[in-house]
Amino acid sequence: MTKLFLVSAPVVAEKAEPGQFVMLRLRAQGERIPLTIADFDREAGTVTILVQEIGLTSRLLGALEEGDEILDLVGPLGLPAELPTAGHVVCVGGGFGVAPILPKAKLLHRRGVAVTSIIGARTADLVIFDRELEAVSNRLLVATNDGSRGRRGIVTDCLRDLLEAGEQIDEVVAIGPMVMMRAVAEATRPYGIKTLVSMNPIMVDGTGMCGACRMTVGGEVKFACVDGPIFDGHQVDFEEAIRRSQAYRAEEELATKHEEAKQCR
Amino acid sequence: MPVKRERTPMPVQDGERRVGNFGEVALGYLDGDVRAEAVRCLQCKTPYCEEGCPVGVPIKEFIKHLQQDDVRGAIGAIKRTNSLPAVCGRVCPQEDQCEKVCIMGKRFQPVAIGRLERFAADWERAQGFPQAAAPPPNGKKVAVVGGGPAGLTAAGQLAGKGYAVTVFEALHEPGGVLSYGIPEFRLPKTIVRWEIQQLKNLGVEIRTNVVVGKSPTLDELKAGYDAVFLGTGAGLPVFMGIPGENLIGVYSANEFLTRINLMGAASFPEVDTPVRIGTRVAVVGAGNTAMDAVRTARRVGAKEAHIVYRRSEAEMTARAEEYEHAKEEGVRFMFLTNPVRFLGDDTGRLRAVECQRMALGEPDHSGRRRPVPIAGSEFELPVDSVIMALGTSPNPLLLKGTKGLSATVRGGIRTDETGATSLPGIWAGGDAVSGAATVILAMGAGKKAAAAIDRLLSGEES
Ligand SMILES: Cc1cc2nc3c(=O)[nH]c(=O)nc-3n(C[C@H](O)[C@H](O)[C@H](O)COP(=O)(O)OP(=O)(O)OC[C@H]3O[C@@H](n4cnc5c(N)ncnc54)[C@H](O)[C@@H]3O)c2cc1C
Ligand code: FES
Repeated sequence: MTKLFLVSAPVVAEKAEPGQFVMLRLRAQGERIPLTIADFDREAGTVTILVQEIGLTSRLLGALEEGDEILDLVGPLGLPAELPTAGHVVCVGGGFGVAPILPKAKLLHRRGVAVTSIIGARTADLVIFDRELEAVSNRLLVATNDGSRGRRGIVTDCLRDLLEAGEQIDEVVAIGPMVMMRAVAEATRPYGIKTLVSMNPIMVDGTGMCGACRMTVGGEVKFACVDGPIFDGHQVDFEEAIRRSQAYRAEEELATKHEEAKQCR
Repeated sequence: MPVKRERTPMPVQDGERRVGNFGEVALGYLDGDVRAEAVRCLQCKTPYCEEGCPVGVPIKEFIKHLQQDDVRGAIGAIKRTNSLPAVCGRVCPQEDQCEKVCIMGKRFQPVAIGRLERFAADWERAQGFPQAAAPPPNGKKVAVVGGGPAGLTAAGQLAGKGYAVTVFEALHEPGGVLSYGIPEFRLPKTIVRWEIQQLKNLGVEIRTNVVVGKSPTLDELKAGYDAVFLGTGAGLPVFMGIPGENLIGVYSANEFLTRINLMGAASFPEVDTPVRIGTRVAVVGAGNTAMDAVRTARRVGAKEAHIVYRRSEAEMTARAEEYEHAKEEGVRFMFLTNPVRFLGDDTGRLRAVECQRMALGEPDHSGRRRPVPIAGSEFELPVDSVIMALGTSPNPLLLKGTKGLSATVRGGIRTDETGATSLPGIWAGGDAVSGAATVILAMGAGKKAAAAIDRLLSGEES
């Protein structure tokens, strides 16, 4: 399940820009995990984070109720997205990437950029943020795996339709699972359309101190937490990044099982 | 009484047993050991040892107190110039400092000054004396960025003079390298926490989870305080830039040690942060960080643990004691050996490191003989993981984000000898300025800058 949280964090909200993230920790024995800042409100001093309950910490976060506290939260981290000020931009959001694509679409829209947003879900009922995105996009395209809404297929299919139809696109921004971002980058590569992707590797500190988040971009090693998390999708070594992101797959499962066993006791 | 030539040994946990736990290795002197060692001090007219100490601890005086069984007097003397003696007694490279110039050491073994310092500090902590309470406030505010030894020392010095001090720390726990880098078996975290509690008792406020330069910016921070001290350390890990470095299983020492020390990964899955290094580990480098990494690896399951170092034993920078302890713990040393590339399997996991043998050539700019590769000497060392401990450089985050803050050629923050940066009202010190150095030098820099800040704000200087 995917859940949205509105977090009161004035220090973070004050400086947050689209593209940045926070690190959080939920309990004394907890791990530090990065989460994209999906939205922010400087006046109210809040940031919106979105969590897909997959790993242990994301499940623990998902179990929080209104009024609960997050033990540690630090941000905004990473560099803000450098978005264009004119032309036509296609914003692609897949999975948990649908929420963080919204502030970028918003900003582009405010700048007078023509925005096409593409989002996807398994089925029509699971489509989120469509109304919010529609409000800041010139056009919203939806893809569902079962074809119950919009195009049958995945977000890259929608994008490919546009590319094949020869539409004038100046830039593409893609946020979501790494495999989806890779597919988007591969789709635009032959057309030479600049494609920004928001990388989500394993992180430990999120401040450039450990190198856990390193990846190869344009043949150089970059730390996603300080040099990114947004990179040129045509330069990213996705194969390496995807492998590295799965380095602790077995431990993640073990941790989740261990927690479940503890709660049953 | 004849002079005892040899220094009094410190009881240690047995080498075989200790790799099975994270308990402290060096157990500290007992009362009898202290007396035996203290009387070895000749109370020289000119105590060279004190010149060898970067913060000028009154060594002669504190040992005199110990000779008279007056531990309270000893710790009082130490604390006049060193606010973290329990830490320094454990981690200072004494053999390069005070003990190096000890007169006893000219003919026999030097007095074990570090061990005596540690004893006095541990005694004080065990007594649980009511600590110094906060002095009356002087109405001025100072912000300290970074909760490592440099920042904590500056904070303590200024708080002691009545300044309202707030420490901003990026991580969820203060302490800097003392918390995330140096392992429990060498510096128990209870000591670090105790020292931090002393600062809080002095009125220092510690705000964790704040990355200065991101939010707030340094300019914004400065606007709310009379002065700012930057003790942001040298946290950026250095990699070699050789093929295969991004394979799964290649760690920076910072990542490996942070997972274990700060996040507690040795207790996974009781804690949520995992670490996986397998049973065959190679650590590249031969400084303190490398020794900490390799000894930690032994404690989390490495049956075979190698140090791979391109120079020879003589050029190692680790404290002598750490080298000895590592050997006792079964660590194997491969000197004059340099990794040239990492080899992975088809899932992207490390399986071996290809190394090359080296020979020592002409001296380089550091005065040490330059290692040169021996052609055709390549060989494969099968490993499950490699930990890169090649050093760290200052984190560029603050310098990048702050206009007008000048840098040194090596990426540190540029300061004058008082610690003043190119921006008015902003001081800096420790690894952030010098690049990776030592705890005591960071403390010394924090102290010096605190004194300069006080001179300026108290109106002694204008
Ligand atoms: C594994 C290891 C072992 C070592 N062993 C020894 C030893 O035995 N003896 C010895 O003398 N020295 C040793 N050293 C070196 C010693 O630890 C350092 O020289 C010393 O800690 C430097 O102190 P510092 O206060 O300058 O920086 P640090 O200890 O690095 O502290 C800096 C702090 O600032 C924080 N920070 C950074 N940027 C920001 C920001 N923008 N906003 C807020 N906070 C920020 C960091 O999170 C960190 O907590 C070792 C180092 C390592 C890594
Ligand atoms: S997460 Fe540690 S350096 Fe990026």
